[in-house]
Amino acid sequence: MEVAIFSIFAFLAVAFAVVVVAHPHPVKSTMSMVVVLFCLAVLFVLLGAPFVAALQVLVYTGAILVLFLFVLMLLNIGRERATPSSQPAQRWVALIGAAFFAGFLGMLMWRTHGPDTLDALTPDYLSIHRLSWDLFTTWLLPFELVGLLLLVAVVAAYALARAPLPGEMSAPPGEATALQSLAANGERGNVEPEGAER
Amino acid sequence: MTVPISWYLVLASVLFAIGTVGALTRRNGITIFLSIELMLNAVNLMILAYARLLGDQAGQVIVFFVLAVAAAEAAIGLALFIAVYRLRRTIDVNRLNLLRW
Repeated sequence: MEVAIFSIFAFLAVAFAVVVVAHPHPVKSTMSMVVVLFCLAVLFVLLGAPFVAALQVLVYTGAILVLFLFVLMLLNIGRERATPSSQPAQRWVALIGAAFFAGFLGMLMWRTHGPDTLDALTPDYLSIHRLSWDLFTTWLLPFELVGLLLLVAVVAAYALARAPLPGEMSAPPGEATALQSLAANGERGNVEPEGAER
Repeated sequence: MTVPISWYLVLASVLFAIGTVGALTRRNGITIFLSIELMLNAVNLMILAYARLLGDQAGQVIVFFVLAVAAAEAAIGLALFIAVYRLRRTIDVNRLNLLRW
């Protein structure tokens, strides 16, 4: 039974992971990512971590991927267009890199001699009570630091993504900011100055 | 019969490799980001498999922290993409070559 569930959801996860990476349309990649994350949540339950599985569904599919979809919608990004330059070489390098990673991990597993079969789940391991006790005693400092990190991330995301105030980023006429002139030099006409688009 | 741990590790390696390919070949910044999230999740799966093997709940706590950091990373990364898009009208990483020599 457990083997059957594992096989089904592992297969689904890998198949949709390939779709995430291979599909040219980013919205469909994101939706496939939702399926991958759900499948992984099922596997987390199978591994005796229902709390993490719930977090996975709530935080990842509920919050993070919705954020992705929002940004895709805001920026109105469609299909990726093929650019001929440097494509084949890039693909080969990526495949070699991935094969190297997979081979390295496989070799690590091959060389590690440990028990392969898992014991039956104990109620101790499944206990949310114990987990939360650990989280708020042993791991209290990391927990608070993560809270601080999230606060900093919120402030930083706001500072980065907000619309520039009038006169803050757009240069006075006839005088481009350093960044914009750099951009114009590097890109040769692909860039409109900030003031022109509004 | 329970699933052997090596199956979980193999699955995690495969997902990590797929994520690597995506992060290195895609040109759309957001898809690259998704591939990185895929790699993070593969690592989470591996941590949980080992935690289960050792019967130690600390692994679950660490995955909890990884989730929180991934959320922060996604927020900042997407905000960066919005800022870049505002300036350059694209998030195609092949065309974001301002810092390239």
